[in-house]
Amino acid sequence: MNRFVEQLVNDNNPANLEEVGYASNGMHFELASGNNPAAFTEQFTDVKSEKDARIKIAHGTTTLAFKFKEGVIVATDSRATMGNVISSQSVKKVIEINPYLLGTMAGGAADCSFWERVLGMECRLYELRNKKRISVAAASKLLSNLVYRYKGMGLSMGTMVAGWDGKGPGLYYVDSDGERLCNDLFSVGSGSTFAYGVLDSHYRYDMSVDEAKDLARRAIYHATHRDAFSGGVVRMYWVNQNGWVAYPLEDVGQLYYEYHPEIQLTNAVDSPLNATA
Amino acid sequence: MKLRAELAIKCATHESQTESRNHSIMQYNGSAIVAMVGKNCVAIAADKRLGQQALTVDMDFEKVFRMTDRTFIGLSGLAADVKTVHDTLRMRVNLYKHREERVIEPKTMAHLVSHMLYERRFGPYYIEPIIAGLDKDNKPYICATDLIGCLSLPEDFVVTGTASDNLFGMCESLWEPELEPEDLFETISQALLNAVDRDAMSGWGAVVHIITPDGVITRDIKGRMD
Repeated sequence: MNRFVEQLVNDNNPANLEEVGYASNGMHFELASGNNPAAFTEQFTDVKSEKDARIKIAHGTTTLAFKFKEGVIVATDSRATMGNVISSQSVKKVIEINPYLLGTMAGGAADCSFWERVLGMECRLYELRNKKRISVAAASKLLSNLVYRYKGMGLSMGTMVAGWDGKGPGLYYVDSDGERLCNDLFSVGSGSTFAYGVLDSHYRYDMSVDEAKDLARRAIYHATHRDAFSGGVVRMYWVNQNGWVAYPLEDVGQLYYEYHPEIQLTNAVDSPLNATA
Repeated sequence: MKLRAELAIKCATHESQTESRNHSIMQYNGSAIVAMVGKNCVAIAADKRLGQQALTVDMDFEKVFRMTDRTFIGLSGLAADVKTVHDTLRMRVNLYKHREERVIEPKTMAHLVSHMLYERRFGPYYIEPIIAGLDKDNKPYICATDLIGCLSLPEDFVVTGTASDNLFGMCESLWEPELEPEDLFETISQALLNAVDRDAMSGWGAVVHIITPDGVITRDIKGRMD
């Protein structure tokens, strides 16, 4: 066996584990000194843009995913805000864990990307140990157990794990409180209420792929329209038995005028200034 | 030593809490307004959003008002006070017209607004107005005040609202002296559109008024609706 793989698989040799920077009992994070480090950090940290804190975390999102007869559709917006400033309009809120598994990002961007990267590693280790792909149920439980150990320490993440395994399409919601739910349809983030409104009124399990894509696009679009902290582009994935496929990005700035063809626009150059007194 | 450190932290939290309470009332509804001076003309532009924090309620909300034929006022801040101040000011402008038997000049209106706001020194209206107009000699006039009526009178442009930082950056780089009306329109539109695209609380379409000696041109401009 490859030496690197051997080090990771035989996790009873502390010396080797030190070398790859990963201890068998998990990761090591520096904490603020004092008897309640979590409370100390929390008073300076702003996760939801509700207070004018010194540590601001990128947040504000609309993400959705639903199961239907042909697999799972995952769609997100792409806006990141810090306070009221839009810090990016091109964030990638879907994390490709492996060719059959996707994770979505809502809440703390760093928390999501870090822990889903760790999940990616754990899923790969599972494959090497068991010579088969991990199920969506097991992968999501791995993630929820991972973050549950840090409950109350201020982690902020609301994520959906979507994929395809032996049982067919799989979809789980996992958050930093330790909640883990299985269902056909989820939406997470500040714009989720708007997305749910569209999804709930048009969702059917027996949709075609095109219908499902239209529904996901519309739900994200409506959320970006009403929610100040969602926007940018619609990023969409379809997970089927052969793994996930990514679709081209669609700018919601243009979608508005596609969905409202009655709005006629004139170029200012073609309508010269005519003053009215 | 330990005691002192704890005290410092308590003060810091208290300060940030009171500050954020006043802070959030100015940002509760969201807005972006800008006015610019051109060659024998002025322009004033505003976004159209009315929100309640993250929720966008209205995408056609008026925050720039024509007070006289050639004087406009833009009111940013708390929407409830935008309505109140606009109504009160309209009354005072009309009273001025009846008493003086002439239309109020932009400069006079600025001092009227400033005085009106300072009357509420200890319980202010949560608005920051900007005024733009042409005076009786067709000379452009712009000004801005804070929420208790401190006038500032720059000669190039004024900005206000949740996107004011962004607008300052855009105006500093795009504005140039002696712009003709059509060029002023392009400049103010680009400044506003690009400023609101980096502010979560404003945007959703915009309106531009260009005030020239011949009259006023009003245009609605296309913007991102997210």
